[in-house]
Amino acid sequence: METTLVQESKPPKEKAKPVSALGMIAVDAAERRTPADEFADPSFEVQQLDFFYGDNQALTQVDMAIPRGEVTALIGPSGCGKSTFLRTLNRMNDLVAETRVEGKVLLDGQDIYHRQVDVVELRRRVGMVFQRPNPFPISIYENIAYGPRLQGKVSKADMDALVERCLHGAALWDEVKDRLHTSALGLSGGQQQRLCIARALANEPEVLLLDEPASALDPKATARIEDLIGQLRGDYTIVIVTHNMQQAARVSDHTGFFYKGRLVECTPTAQMFTRPEHQETEDYLTGRFG
Amino acid sequence: MAERRVPLAKRHRKDRIFRRGCQIIASMSAGILAILLIAIVFEGVGALNANFLSGAPDPDPAVAGMFPAIMGSLWLLVLTMLVALPLGVAAAIVLEEFRPKHKVLRKAHAFIQLNITNLSGVPSVVFGILGLTVFVSMFGLFGNERDPLLETGATYVDQFYNQGDFIIEVPIDDPMAPETVPVDGMTIYTYEGTAMELNLLGDDDDWPEDEEIAMRSLYSWDLPGRNKERNWWYFRLPFGRGVLAGALTLMLVILPIIIISSQEALRAVPSSLRQASLGLGATPWQTVRRVTLPAAFPGILTGAIIAMSRAIGEAAPLLMIAGIVFITRAPSNLMDDFTAMPLQIYNWAGRPQKEFHDLAASGIIVLLTALLLFNAIAVFLRQKLQKPLS
Ligand SMILES: Nc1ncnc2c1ncn2[C@@H]1O[C@H](COP(=O)(O)OP(=O)(O)O)[C@@H](O)[C@H]1O
Ligand SMILES: [Mg+2]
Repeated sequence: METTLVQESKPPKEKAKPVSALGMIAVDAAERRTPADEFADPSFEVQQLDFFYGDNQALTQVDMAIPRGEVTALIGPSGCGKSTFLRTLNRMNDLVAETRVEGKVLLDGQDIYHRQVDVVELRRRVGMVFQRPNPFPISIYENIAYGPRLQGKVSKADMDALVERCLHGAALWDEVKDRLHTSALGLSGGQQQRLCIARALANEPEVLLLDEPASALDPKATARIEDLIGQLRGDYTIVIVTHNMQQAARVSDHTGFFYKGRLVECTPTAQMFTRPEHQETEDYLTGRFG
Repeated sequence: MAERRVPLAKRHRKDRIFRRGCQIIASMSAGILAILLIAIVFEGVGALNANFLSGAPDPDPAVAGMFPAIMGSLWLLVLTMLVALPLGVAAAIVLEEFRPKHKVLRKAHAFIQLNITNLSGVPSVVFGILGLTVFVSMFGLFGNERDPLLETGATYVDQFYNQGDFIIEVPIDDPMAPETVPVDGMTIYTYEGTAMELNLLGDDDDWPEDEEIAMRSLYSWDLPGRNKERNWWYFRLPFGRGVLAGALTLMLVILPIIIISSQEALRAVPSSLRQASLGLGATPWQTVRRVTLPAAFPGILTGAIIAMSRAIGEAAPLLMIAGIVFITRAPSNLMDDFTAMPLQIYNWAGRPQKEFHDLAASGIIVLLTALLLFNAIAVFLRQKLQKPLS
């Protein structure tokens, strides 16, 4: 019934064409199976995702919805597939040889693994910050200008404004405003990591993926990153991997618990830490393993 | 706990003996090198003067110089690097930065990689033979040096020597045209290139007294010889035994070195930088162009200079291309005959007279100076340009 309706309103020939500037294809609304229906408008919807490194299965049947404009934390013991899952969201896993993805990852309803999807544009929309700060060995200014310049020429005035805006956005402006043209490698680890966040913001992404962004930092720098995440919340959909449960509790709205490549449960953070649904989650949260 | 403790003094003695032994062996090798250098400087410094650098090889060792060899080496070096550097860096980028993901392609990639590693160990004579067939004769596909399939930049003239020992030239458009028959009034040129009108003498006419007339006079039985003059842009297929063939052969010798050193430089760039770039939505090429290549540049440059010092010292492959010929001037076009510093040194060292051996020693000093200069530049650049990357 529903399928006929859709076909009437849109001839199938047009439906097969890319419908967005990204070359992405909208997935039929009827095909969608939202695992968590409480989000009216999720940013990401992951459906029955399997991921393999060669013959080694790293993710098994992951179903997850990531709410727009909120912070979702991924926790779990190391090696359980948190980073792998995060990298499936902007296809950084494509860089690893002999990997295989099965299932669907929908961004705004569009399957990012469809062969017509332009992965370059996907990664602009879904920014990533890595575990170890990795600024380019160039000036602070040039680091932020890097992303926008990939897409074309930007006037000096626009770039100056953008750099300032992004550094403000990453709560770094006051610390570096006098040394914008010095090497980014001269910054402390925490500042470098905030620079990496600012650099990602310059691309005007919709989603920010953070893979243990504070694990290489001292407690003070960690606190600043956590504050920053709080500030960015609302403007960006944020997914953060952390092995630090207190951090997850502090910064996130929702928490997903991964164990041995499966998403054991994904609930609002408060609920996860007070009334976990599964025994494994409770064992992990109470420190019985991991 | 050790079952039976070795006395401490004995352990220290062993340590001393071993340390001394290493020091002696190390200083021996340094000493041999020093003796070699001193001997060469001693022998060669006498003949090392301005004339040696600016003069041409000569049967008289007192006036012989190595200017043609220095210029030949310079031509070779510039041409070799012009070809080898882009090719080598491009190959390294493909091998290192665009690794295939597909299983079959990965096998091919590994196979190519293995072969490049092997090629870097192949004796350079082998590349000489390769250069001979590939560059000099080009498998015989384009005719031979005397009758090439393609030739540009050469002008042909028919040259007459007239009765008064003047040279008269007539330009020829088609090198296969029949020899020029002198016709009264036709335009001719002096050796210097001034146009004149030919004065054809009858069989019974006497040789003109007036010099102005004599320099443009010919008898009808005068016969020309056909000459080829090559411009600096002269080009020919096949290349023949010219400086281009020599440079391309040297390119074969150093290409594996450049590829491998460039690959090492690229590999030294932390992959976190590549990920940062790709994660910001850069294409793989943008990542190479803006991040990886600039970061690897100092290493690539150092490798290139090391490869240059290898190229400038190579004799064996050039011997196969150029042979030992008596060359008294610098190359003037890509196909021109040439000699190079190692060849000239080899030539002089092979003569029986002591004076020529001294010339060889002087040549070695010049060559070694160039080599040391290259290495010093390489070290300097490495110190100067290498920056921390993360
Ligand atoms: N590049 C890779 N190649 C092969 N296996 C990998 C790679 N990265 C991760 N894995 C494997 O995938 C599993 C999940 O790893 P990962 O996602 O890094 O876990 P986490 O981030 O939760 O610690 C681990 O068993 C790990 O060995
Ligand atoms: Mg991880």
